[in-house]
Amino acid sequence: MKITLKIWRQRDAGSKGAFKEYHLDDVSRDMSFLEMLDTLNIKLIKQGELPVEFDHDCREGICGQCGVMINGIAHGPLKNTTTCQLHMRSFKDGDTIYVEPFKAAAFPIVRDLKVNRSALDHIIAAGGYVSVDTGQAPEANSIPITFEQAESAFDAAACIGCGACVASCKNSSAALFTSAKISHLSQLPQGDKETSTRVVSMVNEMEEEGFGFCTNTEACQVECPEDISVLNIARMNYEYNKARLVKK
Amino acid sequence: MIFIKNSITRKNLMAITGLFLSFFLIIHLLGNLQLLLPAEEAQLQYNSYSHLLGGNILVKLVAYVLYLCIILHTLDAIYLSYKRKQANGISYAYDRRGRASSWYSRNMMALGIIIFVFLVIHFKDFWYHYKFGELPLDANGNKDLYTLVVLAFEQLWYVILYIIAILALGYHLLHGVFSAHRTIGLYHPMYNRIVRVLGVVFAATMTLGYIIIPLFLYFNLQS
Ligand code: HEM
Ligand code: SF4
Ligand code: FES
Repeated sequence: MKITLKIWRQRDAGSKGAFKEYHLDDVSRDMSFLEMLDTLNIKLIKQGELPVEFDHDCREGICGQCGVMINGIAHGPLKNTTTCQLHMRSFKDGDTIYVEPFKAAAFPIVRDLKVNRSALDHIIAAGGYVSVDTGQAPEANSIPITFEQAESAFDAAACIGCGACVASCKNSSAALFTSAKISHLSQLPQGDKETSTRVVSMVNEMEEEGFGFCTNTEACQVECPEDISVLNIARMNYEYNKARLVKK
Repeated sequence: MIFIKNSITRKNLMAITGLFLSFFLIIHLLGNLQLLLPAEEAQLQYNSYSHLLGGNILVKLVAYVLYLCIILHTLDAIYLSYKRKQANGISYAYDRRGRASSWYSRNMMALGIIIFVFLVIHFKDFWYHYKFGELPLDANGNKDLYTLVVLAFEQLWYVILYIIAILALGYHLLHGVFSAHRTIGLYHPMYNRIVRVLGVVFAATMTLGYIIIPLFLYFNLQS
């Protein structure tokens, strides 16, 4: 396939970026999107130009490192798919593809397509854990939990922290990401003990990092690679209101 | 209120004021449907109804809550829009994110501004005139609000203005009613499905109800 790429090039957070046009002539339909970018980078290096920087790690849809805006949509045209799991067969011969980094005030651009998503880590650090002494794995059946409950918590736990929800949101809100962790832990007996302190400090951190608020447009779930449910956001609001109004 | 920095709390305020305004819409519509009665009956009944409302201390109290709600809801909308601008930072050069959500859910502020402009006109033309203006009295000695309303809707531009504003309100409610329930924390899937459906029914009923009145008066007067 012949592909025209318009890729966002930017030296660092402080400088101005712009789309730059590149042409690739022999792209295979079976390449992943990142392999296509690798091909471009090899070409650029051979020509003595700086390669396009982008984040990636596992390339199998589980680490959440990859993530760019492809034709104006987070992780590209397929719904609920990471960039690394997107393949060139989703495009047509002769297509022009726009590639841009995720943009939000809380995600400063590092270079080209690479952004700093540490803000999400700070939200987790503010309470996205269970305070237990580590040691031997505890006896699995000593804390009973139903299958449905475990599954429901796991659905929320599936978030890979890619940031596509923030990038897709017109308010640059991290509500889906934050609520997924709150919902995951509050549905498990070990995690529920700390729900009220956790929700308050995670929500506060979310605001301090400069993320926006949620207006329930639900764009996040549509583009989320893990299809994390927007109802988690309602659960976060519920837990937050309960923590502020009822609990000491 | 300026001091509440937390956006979930701010959104709770938005949701509660929005739901109160939505509730008021039902009462207001029921009252105004009296305008659809035969002219003479409508005139007397509508004027005495308005007089009754104006004199009741409880209604006055609710009215003050209502004004407060409009002000808080609007101030909050402005504050949250400002926060959104801050959080967005630089915008995308190529943006197709719209496919994932409805246009009206993304444009609540724009719809709100249309509603607000309408409210100013609406208050000035009817509320202000009724409260502070000189109005002729009807056969029962009540201020003749009915004639004021009917004459206003003789003008086509006025009817069109109303219809545009009501459509904006309808879309605002279509997103707003279900969104408000999410905001205050309704997370159970079953209740969410119910609220979704009821929200659509509510928005459609309010839109139709409020549009019928000016249309009816306009065409009634033409014939
Ligand atoms: C009769 C008048 C109005 C009614 C019944 C109404 C109703 C509502 C409701 C129920 C919500 C949902 C709250 C939530 O999502 O938590 C809402 C949100 C909102 N309203 Fe209004 N509203 C009215 C007027 C206005 C006005 C005058 C403005 C602006 C000048 C405005 C701007 C907004 C904005 C920006 C939102 C937030 C959008 C969102 O959260 O999705 N509204 N409104
Ligand atoms: S909620 Fe979905 S889109 Fe958001 S960070 Fe987690 S996996 Fe990515
Ligand atoms: S590279 Fe790990 S999810 Fe895409």
